[in-house]
Amino acid sequence: MLKKTALHDQHQKLGARLVDFAGWEMPIQYASQLDEHHAVRTHAGMFDVAHMVVVDLHGARTREFLSHLLANDVAKLKTPGKALYSCLLREDGKVLDDLIVYYRDESYFRLVVNAGTADKDCAWIAQHAGAFDVTVKRRDDLGILAVQGPQARAIVEGLLPPMLAADAAALGNFNACEIGELFVARTGYTGEDGYEIVAPHARLVNLWEQLLAAGVKPCGLGARDTLRLEAGMNLYGQDMDESVTPLESGLAWTLALTPGRDFIGRAALEQQQRTAHSRQVGLLLEGRGVLRAHMPVRFASGATGEITSGGFGPTLKRSIALARVAPTDETKCEVQIRGEWQPARVLKPPFARNGKALI
Amino acid sequence: MSNTPKELKYAKSHEWVRVEADGTVTIGITDHAQNALGDLVFVEAPKLGRKLAAGESCAVVESVKAASDVYAPIAGEVIAANAALSDAPEILNTDPYGAGWMWKMKPANAADVNGLLDAAGYEKSVADA
Repeated sequence: MLKKTALHDQHQKLGARLVDFAGWEMPIQYASQLDEHHAVRTHAGMFDVAHMVVVDLHGARTREFLSHLLANDVAKLKTPGKALYSCLLREDGKVLDDLIVYYRDESYFRLVVNAGTADKDCAWIAQHAGAFDVTVKRRDDLGILAVQGPQARAIVEGLLPPMLAADAAALGNFNACEIGELFVARTGYTGEDGYEIVAPHARLVNLWEQLLAAGVKPCGLGARDTLRLEAGMNLYGQDMDESVTPLESGLAWTLALTPGRDFIGRAALEQQQRTAHSRQVGLLLEGRGVLRAHMPVRFASGATGEITSGGFGPTLKRSIALARVAPTDETKCEVQIRGEWQPARVLKPPFARNGKALI
Repeated sequence: MSNTPKELKYAKSHEWVRVEADGTVTIGITDHAQNALGDLVFVEAPKLGRKLAAGESCAVVESVKAASDVYAPIAGEVIAANAALSDAPEILNTDPYGAGWMWKMKPANAADVNGLLDAAGYEKSVADA
């Protein structure tokens, strides 16, 4: 039996095609996935992401606990509402999940984790929280609605209580504000400006209806995937998982190897840094066709690799991919598509952001 | 609901076949197929002159979601391919039975078309799937 979000009826009413995603029945698309993609790059689209899980941490030593738990450094969170992207690592440096942590006050931080990993994450977090007297509270009473695109913020602000709207309008990127249980973060997974709104489920259904009436396009997981791929953002379970480290997944930028901070997985990462290890690159297919996950990659030098996420980038009108490859500086490679080796160019993601192609 | 024109013949693997006045056949994929695939972004038609066996995988259509093989509904030789689809694969979504045709063949045996499904038979095969 698949789980349903509070917006499930809305999806059915709109004729969405529904699929199993991490045990949830979620919309993959409503009508045209390409139209949904373009709506987010040019106007505004909204995504039901209530399958993702909010975890609130309470306790006087929460910052100290997170400094031990996360590979990025919560010392960077200096003002209330500030957000940080981080990996959650095992002792051996492999990736348990990626998440966003929000600083609310010294005894209160909020995490947002992936749906498919939430149970394992909560168990892991709880296992380590005891030593710091931190309480772990999974907030299944809250859902998340992402509203993304160049017009997204203005439209959302028009529907928020006036005081919260003013606070939201003043937010810098990767910051959040809140009034009561309505939490508005200037974050996202599309490469566009916008908000992710955390609120009790009934409130989000109400907001969804208002946004729909205001011309915001409902978008499914399909468009979410092409948008994040163009934006060069990893998908957990596909671009990284418990078989690789952040160094092999294009996430070295999220590791804060500040001297003296002893976080879980640090020793293993420092060890790996001293060796030649595989790394993530972006690929652009030179000709026609579509790159897909698991296609083999080869270089003239003999180095090899594999695509972890691939697809057609609707904004680029070209096929792009993220791949994990052996160490090499070569800027050209070949990808095997249905038995034939096709030329591709090696690029540094992102491929597209803020409505524009970057290649 | 999907559109299944009465005057065409169909394969279970979702291709349609139209017999032309000169005895050649025009082939494409059905409205049901394009709808199930979603927005198409790449089409690879069979090469001219290629001799195909019935049921042989000979073309590829790729949507934003996935790649799918297209099969020769009957045996024959490829005599034309729709070049417009390589620049504008979305035609296959908007006009699957018209401008979205994929290739033309000279059948190895004209009577083979009679072994294909009619519109009602294809609709039943889709409903039973």
